[in-house]
Amino acid sequence: MPDLLLELFSEEIPAALQRKAACDLERLVTERLIDAGLTYEMAYKYWTPCRLTVDIRGVSTKAKKIQEKRKGPSVKASKTVIDAFLRAVGLDDISKTEIVKDSKKGDYYYIGKIIQYERKAQEIIAHVLPDIIRNFPWQKSMRWGAASDKPEALRWIRPLHSILCLFSTNTESDIIDFKIGDIRSSNVTYGHRFMSNRRPIIVQRFSDYLVKLEEAKVILDAGRRKEIILADARNLSCSQGLDLIEDEDLAEEVAGLVEWPVILMGKFEEEFLIIPSEIIRLTIRTNQKCFVTRKLGEKNTLSNYFILVSNIEAKDNGKTIVIGNSRVLCARLADAMYFWRTDQMPLPNLNRLAASADRFNLDLKKPLDQRMARLDHLHVTFHAKLGTQGTRVERITALAMIIAPLIGANSELVRRTAVLAKADLQTEIVTKFPELQGIMGHKYALLQGENKSVSQAIEDHYKPQGPKDAVPSDPISIAVALSDKIDMLVGFWLINEKPTSSKDPYALRRAALGIIRLALSQKCSIHLIPLFQKAAQLLTHHLVKDNLKIYEERLLSDNSVKGDISSVPLVQKEKYDKEINARVEPVLRDLLSFFHSRLKIYLRKEGAQQNAVDAILTPQDDDLLQVRHRIEALTTFIKTNNGKKLLDCVRRAVGILNSEAKKKTMIAEIVKPIFFSQKEETVLYDTIVKAEKKITIYLAEEDFSIALTSLASLIGAVNAFFEKVLVNDQNMSIRVNRLALLVRLCALLAKVADFSKLF
Amino acid sequence: MSLPEHLDPKRSFQGLIVTLQNYWARHGCAILQPYDMEVGAGTFHPATTLRSLGPRPWKVAYVQPSRRPGDGRYSENPNRLQHYYQFQTLLKPSPPDLQELYLGSLWAIGLDSDLHDIRFVEDDWESPTLGAWGLGWECWCDGMEVSQFTYFQQICGIECSPVSGELTYGLERIAMYLQGVNSVYELNFNGQTGSNRLSYGDMFRQAEQEYSRFNFEFSDTDLLHRHFVDAERECTTILAAGSPKKPRELHLCVLPAYDHCIKASHIFNLLQARGVISVTERQNYVLRVRNLAHQCGKAFLQTEAAAPVKVGILESTH
Repeated sequence: MPDLLLELFSEEIPAALQRKAACDLERLVTERLIDAGLTYEMAYKYWTPCRLTVDIRGVSTKAKKIQEKRKGPSVKASKTVIDAFLRAVGLDDISKTEIVKDSKKGDYYYIGKIIQYERKAQEIIAHVLPDIIRNFPWQKSMRWGAASDKPEALRWIRPLHSILCLFSTNTESDIIDFKIGDIRSSNVTYGHRFMSNRRPIIVQRFSDYLVKLEEAKVILDAGRRKEIILADARNLSCSQGLDLIEDEDLAEEVAGLVEWPVILMGKFEEEFLIIPSEIIRLTIRTNQKCFVTRKLGEKNTLSNYFILVSNIEAKDNGKTIVIGNSRVLCARLADAMYFWRTDQMPLPNLNRLAASADRFNLDLKKPLDQRMARLDHLHVTFHAKLGTQGTRVERITALAMIIAPLIGANSELVRRTAVLAKADLQTEIVTKFPELQGIMGHKYALLQGENKSVSQAIEDHYKPQGPKDAVPSDPISIAVALSDKIDMLVGFWLINEKPTSSKDPYALRRAALGIIRLALSQKCSIHLIPLFQKAAQLLTHHLVKDNLKIYEERLLSDNSVKGDISSVPLVQKEKYDKEINARVEPVLRDLLSFFHSRLKIYLRKEGAQQNAVDAILTPQDDDLLQVRHRIEALTTFIKTNNGKKLLDCVRRAVGILNSEAKKKTMIAEIVKPIFFSQKEETVLYDTIVKAEKKITIYLAEEDFSIALTSLASLIGAVNAFFEKVLVNDQNMSIRVNRLALLVRLCALLAKVADFSKLF
Repeated sequence: MSLPEHLDPKRSFQGLIVTLQNYWARHGCAILQPYDMEVGAGTFHPATTLRSLGPRPWKVAYVQPSRRPGDGRYSENPNRLQHYYQFQTLLKPSPPDLQELYLGSLWAIGLDSDLHDIRFVEDDWESPTLGAWGLGWECWCDGMEVSQFTYFQQICGIECSPVSGELTYGLERIAMYLQGVNSVYELNFNGQTGSNRLSYGDMFRQAEQEYSRFNFEFSDTDLLHRHFVDAERECTTILAAGSPKKPRELHLCVLPAYDHCIKASHIFNLLQARGVISVTERQNYVLRVRNLAHQCGKAFLQTEAAAPVKVGILESTH
């Protein structure tokens, strides 16, 4: 069976889009072939900067029988129209069509059936490809050339130059002929822009296509180009006593920039190595798409040698290219050095920053303090609905000061960290490389003589960033990290920008997971709800300030406010506050339940038993560490002898209650000892009462293990009760009382855990 | 065409300009002179902004002195200038072999693709103040961005029909590379040697220092604010005065109005260099300039220069 080869040859496609475009092309072509009744065995896709190629193997030559219905003219139409329709569907008489009613127009019209026997594959392909190309799912596409003034102008990612489309077997090769705009499909492709003579290359089928392209210095397979880049880069580094710093993403990107990768090594002046290595690496990677290296055995410091990937084998073996690249890189590093130094210098016009400096108690003699003052002064927006970065820093600071004593952090250092935490957003380096936020703040803080913990915490308050990122352990970092994340979560929850299954643009899941990991791994026993409430209070304070005016206007036009207009604003503020508070509480509960769902996933990954988690977690739980302690204690306890026995007791009690509930048996509301008729009842009752008192105390002291073990005191009494006492006594009063006793037992147990989840 | 030694792009900044001009003149471009106003880039020249609108074919090339007040470095940075030169080529509609033509121009100035690694690296060009965007590339030579290559899709918020191809060469960078110097101030400007030699530094070092002081320290921001408002007002006033009184009449006064749009844009850049514009304000200024550009673009479409060429009428007038 023949193979289909399609190549769309264009001007350079952005590297980041090539893979997806090739996948889309393969998907669309194969889908359309199948839809048209063709089959194929295998499909492959390739891409280079200038071409998207699909190679579809074993395509059937003829389509299976397909019936197509085509709507014709109305039954009232003239003879010429009807005849034209008959010709179009290939029928000789109108009686061979159906008549169908159009439900909308109430009109009757003809339907012609065309049975397409064995339509040729070439025909189908020639028919579907123009449609696919014209409607290709580029996110952004363009028009070009003289034809671009017509509305039907072809759009592509960059100008499309030629289309190669072949349908070939081992012996034969046919061009599938179609035309899109000025481009007519052909059997021609072109080689490397610089290293081939750029004359048309005539192709028969995939096998010679691949070979001829390689002769014309094009490596078709992006995976192979990437392998060549990485392998050659490693070897070249190694031969110079260097270690390549591997970078998969960069290799993938560079593979999309060249058709014929050639690895070369360049060098920059050693003096630039005083710039922090993160900045060097990003400068070289982002701007120059080059790899950095380290001396063999070196852990942190970079070497001043870098690896570049050229697209040509130059006449002088790349000497000129290396000189050029090194020079550009040095200029870039000189820029980076300039930014790095500028960030350590005073800003101009400090006096305009005085008000902001006061607000945050900043020392305007220090560079980072100045940057924070400017962040506030310029009213840089955090989020349109959540106000500025300045107000956010105010909130983070206030909240962190509340958290500090809870986890034993020095309040003054926490305050200092919080006010400087976002200052580096105003530095030149972070403006250029946003991914260095925090890291630069840390470095600049040390340089201006901040306390080490404070400096470290400026970097670490963003952590942990993902499930594998390290969790900070210094209480100062923890306080600000928690505060930063709580403010963000509560804020986005209040404006109803919650993550959905497909979208989480503000990385709120990551923030919640961060809080969970901080609380659990750093043993922070803190209640979330009061912190949420405080965060919400701070936020609504800002929101109220911003929105009060609008609210007042709304109320003034609202008839419900009458009387003296001068008192209106005050009344309104109260009313507004109330309205907000009433709406905040359920939102915070919803946020807590979001935490619970993240916590469950996290604990399950940690190896906790699902049923133990379910037995412990109640909707009110807001101390995550305590929840885990209880789960652990419960898991340990139910493995002990007493645990197993207690569980048996619960199972029996719950079993009886459930079956009675099904029968809708009456149960007394409270237990009345006067209705006890056997001593086992009295003993059980007394044991329960005693246990209730103890357990309330233990739980109040959050001593969960002891609460659990103390439940064991019930086992004897419960077992004796079940052995000697028949619950369903004939006397109604005795029976309902005994059931009430069991209810009370279960209620006591439920205070500790929902044991029924453990059955 | 062989040039005398003192105009060799490898040793003369002005030689580089002459070579590019000759090359594009040979390919049918009219060689214009710089626009006589402060602009941020060659794209602001009305020969690009306005002429890329409407259906008439257009081919120009010109040098444009460009000002980026915020890039001033008091002449202390070897690569950064607040005043520099762009060489700009605009071809409407974009010819099918534009990439080849561009590579030909690199070859003409001595960047041979057998020795140099020339690359088209994705760049979605956008000018928020002009309400313009296009797709194309940064063109790299040995890792250095030497040009911007853009297929204009929209200018002044108006769809380009047909699409123009725009090439912008960063002349100082290219010259530094060709002359093999590490500082822009070391560039040989006139291609002479000995006492006749004039360097880029001789010509511009003092200017860079003075303008950096002005841009960052001395400019009167209150005055600039007022000038911005004046320019904005003047632009709309002129447009209103020249607007057609009856349907299908031509607009009578677009180019002078557009001058004030350029002026507003430059004043905005000066204000930004002083760091007195907050992020929210910044967006507001951008929108105001964009609105002016849009009004100018719309008005330009109602002028003779943007009218479809009616072959019959043209022939009869000749």
